[in-house]
Amino acid sequence: MVAFVLVLIGVGYAVVTSGNASASSPAAANAAQIAEGRNLFLSNCATCHGDFAEGQPNIAPSLIGVGAAAVDFQVSTGRMPAAESSAENDRKPPHIKNPAQIRALAAYIQSLGGGPPIPSAAQVSSAGANLGLGQQLFVANCAACHNFVGAGGALTNGKFGPSLVPSTPTQIYEAMLTGPEAMPVFNDLTVTPQEKRDIIAYVTQVRAQPNPGGFSLGRVGPVTEGLVAFLGLLLFMVLAALWITAKHRKTHE
Amino acid sequence: MSDTNSPGMPGAGDSGEPSWPEYLTTGEAHGTTPADPEPEGRRAPHRVIGTPPPAQARTLLAEDAGERRPAPRELPAEPDDPDRAKRMEKVVAACFIIAALAGLAFLVFYGTIGVGSITGALHSNLALGTSLALVFLLLGIGATLWVRHLMPTVELSEQRHPMASTAQEREAFKETFEEGADASQFVKRPIIRRSLIAATVPLAVAPIFLLRDLGPLPGTSLDYTVWRKGLRLMVYGSGRPITSAEFNSPGGIISVGPEGFLDDDDAMAKAAVTLIKFRPGELVFGPNARPGGATVPNTVVPNWTVDNIVGYSKICTHLGCPAALYDQTSHHILCPCHQSTFDATQGARVIFGPATRPLPQLPIGVDAQGYLIALGDFNQPVGPSYWERS
Repeated sequence: MVAFVLVLIGVGYAVVTSGNASASSPAAANAAQIAEGRNLFLSNCATCHGDFAEGQPNIAPSLIGVGAAAVDFQVSTGRMPAAESSAENDRKPPHIKNPAQIRALAAYIQSLGGGPPIPSAAQVSSAGANLGLGQQLFVANCAACHNFVGAGGALTNGKFGPSLVPSTPTQIYEAMLTGPEAMPVFNDLTVTPQEKRDIIAYVTQVRAQPNPGGFSLGRVGPVTEGLVAFLGLLLFMVLAALWITAKHRKTHE
Repeated sequence: MSDTNSPGMPGAGDSGEPSWPEYLTTGEAHGTTPADPEPEGRRAPHRVIGTPPPAQARTLLAEDAGERRPAPRELPAEPDDPDRAKRMEKVVAACFIIAALAGLAFLVFYGTIGVGSITGALHSNLALGTSLALVFLLLGIGATLWVRHLMPTVELSEQRHPMASTAQEREAFKETFEEGADASQFVKRPIIRRSLIAATVPLAVAPIFLLRDLGPLPGTSLDYTVWRKGLRLMVYGSGRPITSAEFNSPGGIISVGPEGFLDDDDAMAKAAVTLIKFRPGELVFGPNARPGGATVPNTVVPNWTVDNIVGYSKICTHLGCPAALYDQTSHHILCPCHQSTFDATQGARVIFGPATRPLPQLPIGVDAQGYLIALGDFNQPVGPSYWERS
């Protein structure tokens, strides 16, 4: 009986630890995972990126060396597979929904030429992060495109800085690390992992700010609010003036 | 009529020509009576608070000594559709009652919602603004409905007196003025006159002296920044120096400032720099130049870069906004304020927008420890144009 319990505990422990291992270090891939990723790649990505992720001129870039983080970001945000060839791929519901499948695809790309791996949960945790420093770094380096509170904004030639509101901490980390599309790269030596955590903490915390009245208008402040008030109130006042001065017809006249 | 304004009228009784606006006088003053005089028994009519005296007391119509009198006005006593008027009366009253409640709510919100925290202030703003807006909006709507649906709509023309005073009055004024001038002996006593003028002259000149506080003049301070040879480039925010080996990801940018000045807002307002890492071959190089020396337009100065790392002033040359939107695929630096766009591979050449000059390139190098340093100040003033800019 004791032996049976011990065996049970042992098996249970093995299951738990193996589960932990695959969750905490998704980049530690095995051959089976890479094979699954290869199959997923052939059925979803190879049309544009080539059978061996070598890329095709003027169609899609090579994925050799982009790393697992880039794959996870692009696929989990739904940007890849791309719906069409446009100035910038927008966020949409992911085509590959199963996180395990995304990790397999990422493991396959990672096996081709290395690159930044997917960050662990601890790497993107906001626990104990320095919000003040995160805000300073965000305002200096990110706010120009993404707005002070991550509401997004317009760029040139149809590109835009997307809103960070739906982004998960992992996706924010991966975006900084890999510089998707027009976004510049902020590698771990320039903006350290700890500073990235601070930035993530700021971006995720600022969403929780109360917003009485409903419309934050990107929290850009007096400019947007003034514009909205100007246009909205102007229209309202014109209509009010029309109503007040409208000729009131009498039936007997 | 005893309750109406009936001020004294100098000269009016003698000439027979009315010199005071008719609407301030009563009919009795000219010996004429309105068409429908009040019965004697109602000399002190019941007045409702907030309403003017009886309509007969005031006439808005001109009355040229009784020569020409327009027909008495006829205002319809009842609205066309009494049922509709009744309904409208209720609507108007409802507007006013809700406005009153909203006004009370404003007072309650003012008293109950604390503004001790940012959240409290946000809620207070919303509550006070909404309730006050309701008050004014409903007052306006109610008043408009009242006028449009309950008050009679007839066109009235009102005649007006000539604006000018009568010749007699002007003569009287002239006399009074001259009399006063003589009495003051302003002309007769020159010492008083001149000393009075002398007393007022400094007061008149004083505003010109206040212009002094617009200064001091900026001098040459706009021509230079705090960058000088040997100052390290510090990452803005974390305050760390940075090496070219760390800043090694092509397509990367980072905001940096001069060592020791990151917290000096006045200095940073001019000295902020965007550091950009390029892939080999992306930059369009011109000839080498010494720090502060002349450069060739539309090119990057090769010896002012380190491993394809270029530093550009972050201050837009149009109006001084932080031009920091960097598109790493097209290498465009975009200014968010007025969409000036600069090509970072070609010495930040202006390719779109209102800016007329490229972003100045900071000469950078490495020190003995491998950290990125400035080799000198920018070779031209940063930011927007100004009067004395050479």
